[in-house]
Amino acid sequence: MHISEGVLSAPVLASGAAVAAAGLAVGLKKLDYDRLPQVGILAAGFFVASLVHVPIGPTKAHLVLNGLLGLLLGWAAFPAIFVGLALQAVLFQYGGLTTLGVNTTSMALPAVVVYLLFSRLAQGQGRLAWVAGFGAGFLGILFSALMVSGALAASGEAFSSVARLVIVAHVPIMFVEGILTAVIVAFLGRVRPAMLGGASPGVSKEAGR
Amino acid sequence: MHLETFAKGDSPLHCLDPRAKLVAAAAYSLVVGLGTTLALGWAALGVALAAVLVARLPLGSVARRLGAVNLFMALLWVMLPLRLVPAPASFWGLSWEWDPAGLRLAGVITLKANAIALVLMALLATSTINDLFHALAHLRVPTKLVQIFLFFYRYLHVLHQEYHRLTQAMRARGFAPGNNLHTYRSYAHLAGVLLVRSYDRAQRVYQAMLCRGYTGTLWLLDHFTWGSRENLFLVISSLIIAALSWLALESSTWT
Repeated sequence: MHISEGVLSAPVLASGAAVAAAGLAVGLKKLDYDRLPQVGILAAGFFVASLVHVPIGPTKAHLVLNGLLGLLLGWAAFPAIFVGLALQAVLFQYGGLTTLGVNTTSMALPAVVVYLLFSRLAQGQGRLAWVAGFGAGFLGILFSALMVSGALAASGEAFSSVARLVIVAHVPIMFVEGILTAVIVAFLGRVRPAMLGGASPGVSKEAGR
Repeated sequence: MHLETFAKGDSPLHCLDPRAKLVAAAAYSLVVGLGTTLALGWAALGVALAAVLVARLPLGSVARRLGAVNLFMALLWVMLPLRLVPAPASFWGLSWEWDPAGLRLAGVITLKANAIALVLMALLATSTINDLFHALAHLRVPTKLVQIFLFFYRYLHVLHQEYHRLTQAMRARGFAPGNNLHTYRSYAHLAGVLLVRSYDRAQRVYQAMLCRGYTGTLWLLDHFTWGSRENLFLVISSLIIAALSWLALESSTWT
C-alpha cells in the first residue's frame, strides 16, 4: 500500500509528514539504546516476512503484518516502518521521498493503535491470544486501508472512485491477515512469550547483563 | 539479494558527495511532487532523463524499474476518468460517468511519478546504502534512527537468506500453496519462525556489541569531502529546481 509520488495534494502530504515526524519523535524517545539492534533487526524480519505471498482466491497478496509489528514493537513501529519504506524509496523507487510521511503514517499509526488496544490481551492464554491476534491483523489492515483511502479522497474529487476501490480491494486481505496474525501470536506465545511483551521485551533481563 | 545494482560506476554523479545528492533529490521531489501542470511534468521528465544519461545507468534495468512504477499508473488511467456519481434510478444508487479531465490528471501524475523515480535512480541509487547512511548522520539525522537503519539493512540480507532456507525446506517437504487453512497456517509459522530468529539474532548481536564496549555512540568511519565539484552541482541543481518551481507556479492556461 504505497501511494506513489505526484498523486497527493500538498496539505495531505504535509499532514502525513507532520504525523510521521511526531510518531518518529515519540518512538525514538521511548527507545533506549539497548533496544536499537532489536528494533532494526525485527524491522528486517518483518520486511522479509512481507515477501511471503499468500494466495487469496485467484490472486496473491503479500503479507503486511503491521498489526503484529505494532504488538511486538509498540511505538517503535514508527521508526521500524519508516526505515523499510525509506529503503524501498531509495532502492526500488516504490513510493518516494515526499510520500514517505503519508505512507509511514498510514502503516505505523494503525500499528500503534493496535498495540494500545491488544497488547495486554495478546499476552493472555489460549483463546484470548487468538482473539487479540485476529483483531490486531484485521484492524491493522482496516485502519491502513481507511487512511490510504482518506488520503486519496482528501487530495481531490477525482480520486473518489480510486479511494473506494482501495477499501474494497483490502477486505479479503483483512481476513487473511487476521487469521495469519492469530496463528503467529499463538505461536509466539508458545515459543517466545517475551516477544509479546510490547514496550519492554526483556532483552537486558534475558541477556543477563 | 543484491540490491545496490546502480551503485557501482564512475560517472560524475557516482563520484559526488552523497550529502549534496540527498539535498538535491529531496528538493526536486518536493517541487515536482507538488506541481500540477503538464508543462512542469514534461520539463521534469526531461531533466530526469538527462540525469539518468549523466549517471550512465544501464537503460534496460532503468526501464524495468519504471515498469513497476507504472503498474499503479495504469490503474489511475482507468480509474481517474471514471467517476462515481449518484444515480437514484440504478440498483446501487451509483453509476459511472466518463470525465475527460481525469485523463489529463492521470497524464500529469504519470509524468511526475516517472520523473521523480528516474531522479532518485540517478542521484540516490548511485551511492551505496552505507554512504547514504553516513550522509544522513552527517546531516544531523537523529543517531538512533541512523543506527536502526544500519541494523535493519545489515541483517536484511542475513534474514533473507534465512527466509530462502525456510521456504526451500517447505518445498522439499512437498508444500504447495493453495486456498486453504493449511497454507495459511504454514505461512503463519514461516513468518513466526522468521520473527523468532530475528529476535534471537538481535539478542546475540546486542550481547556481542556489549562485549566490544557499545554505549549507544555511533562512530562515523567515513567522512566526505565537499569540493568545487559539489558546489558546481548544487548551483546547477538549484537553477534547475528554481526553473521547475517557476513552471509549477505558472498558471496552466496553455497546457
